[in-house]
Amino acid sequence: MKTVFERPQALTEVPMHYCPGCTHGIIHRLVGEAIDSLGILGDTIGVASVGCSVFAYDYFNCDMQQAAHGRAPAVATGIKRVLPEKMVFTYQGDGDLASIGMAEIVHAAARGENITVVFVNNAIYGMTSGQMAPTSLIGQKTATSPRGRTVEEMGYPIKMCELLATLEGPSYLARVSSHDARHVLQAGKAIKKAFEMQQHNKGFAMVEVLSTCNVNWGLSPVNALKWLEENMIPQYPLGVFRDVTAKEGN
Amino acid sequence: MARGEVLVNQELCKECSLCITACPHNVLRIGKSMNTKGYHPVEAFAPERCTGCTLCAVMCPDVVLTVRRKSPERK
Amino acid sequence: MARVLMKGNEALSEAAIRAGLQAFYGYPITPQNEVPGYMAEHLPLRGGVYLQAESEVAAINMVYGAAGAGARVMTSSSSPGISLKQEGISYIAAAQLPCVIVNVVRSGPGLGGIQPSQGDYFQAVKGGGHGDYRLIVLAPGNVQEMADLTTLAFDLADKWRNPVMILSDGILGQMMEPVEFAEDQKPAKVEKPWATTGAQGRKPNVVNTLDIIAEQAEKNLGRLLEKYERIKEEEVRWQEANAEDADVILVGYGTSARVARSAMELARKEGLKVGLFRPITLFPFPEKQLQALAKPDRSFVTVEMSAGQLIEDVRLAVNGMSPVYLSNRLGGMVPTPEDVLSKIRDILEGRGKA
Ligand SMILES: Cc1ncc(C[n+]2csc(CCOP(=O)(O)OP(=O)(O)O)c2C)c(N)n1
Ligand code: SF4
Ligand code: SF4
Ligand code: SF4
Ligand SMILES: [Mg+2]
Repeated sequence: MKTVFERPQALTEVPMHYCPGCTHGIIHRLVGEAIDSLGILGDTIGVASVGCSVFAYDYFNCDMQQAAHGRAPAVATGIKRVLPEKMVFTYQGDGDLASIGMAEIVHAAARGENITVVFVNNAIYGMTSGQMAPTSLIGQKTATSPRGRTVEEMGYPIKMCELLATLEGPSYLARVSSHDARHVLQAGKAIKKAFEMQQHNKGFAMVEVLSTCNVNWGLSPVNALKWLEENMIPQYPLGVFRDVTAKEGN
Repeated sequence: MARGEVLVNQELCKECSLCITACPHNVLRIGKSMNTKGYHPVEAFAPERCTGCTLCAVMCPDVVLTVRRKSPERK
Repeated sequence: MARVLMKGNEALSEAAIRAGLQAFYGYPITPQNEVPGYMAEHLPLRGGVYLQAESEVAAINMVYGAAGAGARVMTSSSSPGISLKQEGISYIAAAQLPCVIVNVVRSGPGLGGIQPSQGDYFQAVKGGGHGDYRLIVLAPGNVQEMADLTTLAFDLADKWRNPVMILSDGILGQMMEPVEFAEDQKPAKVEKPWATTGAQGRKPNVVNTLDIIAEQAEKNLGRLLEKYERIKEEEVRWQEANAEDADVILVGYGTSARVARSAMELARKEGLKVGLFRPITLFPFPEKQLQALAKPDRSFVTVEMSAGQLIEDVRLAVNGMSPVYLSNRLGGMVPTPEDVLSKIRDILEGRGKA
């Protein structure tokens, strides 16, 4: 028998603190697998954001910085500009990236900053116990939209891939999902590609991964995957929104 | 004879069942034992059906599972 | 190098580049625009990174990232921009990252005005952002010091792994004076084994400010506070003139100290016994040095472009041993030596109110 699946080297042995069934853990592993397969562990610096993934600095086996809420793209810019040969990635939630950190992500993208962004969209503020996020769906009940999000009060969910695709800076923008194995495998490929873009100096690359927060959604882990598939994907269509290498294609 | 094998890192399992629903061959279930965190780790109750396809491990959020597969026959 | 005539803001920038500055992240605001201007012009040609950030918030977080990656890095701004940076400064202090932050202070609160002020004194010396932390704060008094204290700022930042603030104002920034740079200054090569440079061949480094276990957080804070105590022991810098026989000692920093010096000279010409005490480090504050000068038959006057901020630290230092008076102007107005002199006369003639 040959081992065909094991823990990536890029993850530490520290048990993750995420709630049972939270797909943050899957996305961590995908990042770890991408780092392993490109052989860049010793050259990678990660930036953890503020959100449930704040402890990411304990889980990745590379140098890590922990950024203030929303500021990870600025911190990553600071690192990348002084260490242009190193690989720099951020790992950010939707509250972090699409609300408080909107300016930082838009400008990093517009500058074509040569970093990789892993954006975990679970349509809610997980860490602070389930408040409405800018990505929460119309009608979604959260701690701060107890009767469901309404357009009249709170406007529309923000589609980050589509928004950033209006800029020339990004080299790669993709939205993927974590709701079943097939999609997780696709997500892994997209994350790897986003690191390759940086390796080849193509500039800003972001993968938005639709993710669950079963605890704050009030669902079982298995039902949360279904809810994601049935409700989030129609609002947040999967696909590649920018790929500069596709144009160069053969 | 089983073509694949799943190893469970008991202490890391959080009993979320995502692996169980991901398995196409109904190999896994929640076990009876309890780990120190108070969860019942999954077990392969029908190991002979395992093909080593890794789909369970792909869906596991806590990197609990290691999968081994029979290498193709060699001459 | 021979003496050259330079603006304060340019002298500061040139000194930073000579100190081995690797990256400058900033955002435009008057009256500090000569600093990013000089950096944009010169730094990339001399091997460094210049980047105009989208905001002061982004700029200070870029500083955090670069400092965490081991680079000599700085940012510069003026009061409203420094307010925006406070979140990042608190994180930098917590993560114990070395960097230099320049505040060319203008009048506030709010948008205020672009004229010189010292209204950010409390913000600079008491922390400024959230939590128990301190910056090392340097207050240059002339163009030569704009350069020299910048060099010192980088060395202190590295020595103590602490953010250092240079507290200046529009007058010092715009003023032209001759300045001299050391001939072949080589920036000190500082080992930073804690920096996140890629973990090739070693255990991963983490730059972090999260500390959620109270017992541990209290211990870590204790270590931080211990560091501040050692800084207070070792790094106090100040200047005195004519203090020995003085009936009145003027206390001021930066532009106010220049005014105070002129006032002292006028007073001495009139035969009044007036001295000068100029803190160069505002944190650590020269508390013991001031205390040593305090006695009941001697008065202190703080000369400020703030509404009585410096006076609080002077009062703490003299601890009731001497009366302390305030001579100040606000809103971008600069006190004149004559203003200060008439305050001195009031005090000596028993009309002053402490
Ligand atoms: C300046 C600031 N404001 C607010 C908070 C509180 N806070 C912590 S995490 C968080 C939201 C995180 O949500 P998200 O980014 O979606 O991550 P998730 O936990 O859902 O993965 C907030 C508002 C903070 N830490 N700092
Ligand atoms: S609160 Fe939500 S996002 Fe956070 S760990 Fe739990 S399930 Fe995951
Ligand atoms: S490897 Fe495939 S067949 Fe075996 S348990 Fe896992 S999912 Fe089921
Ligand atoms: S997916 Fe992982 S954590 Fe969840 S039950 Fe299966 S083995 Fe345990
Ligand atoms: Mg979220």
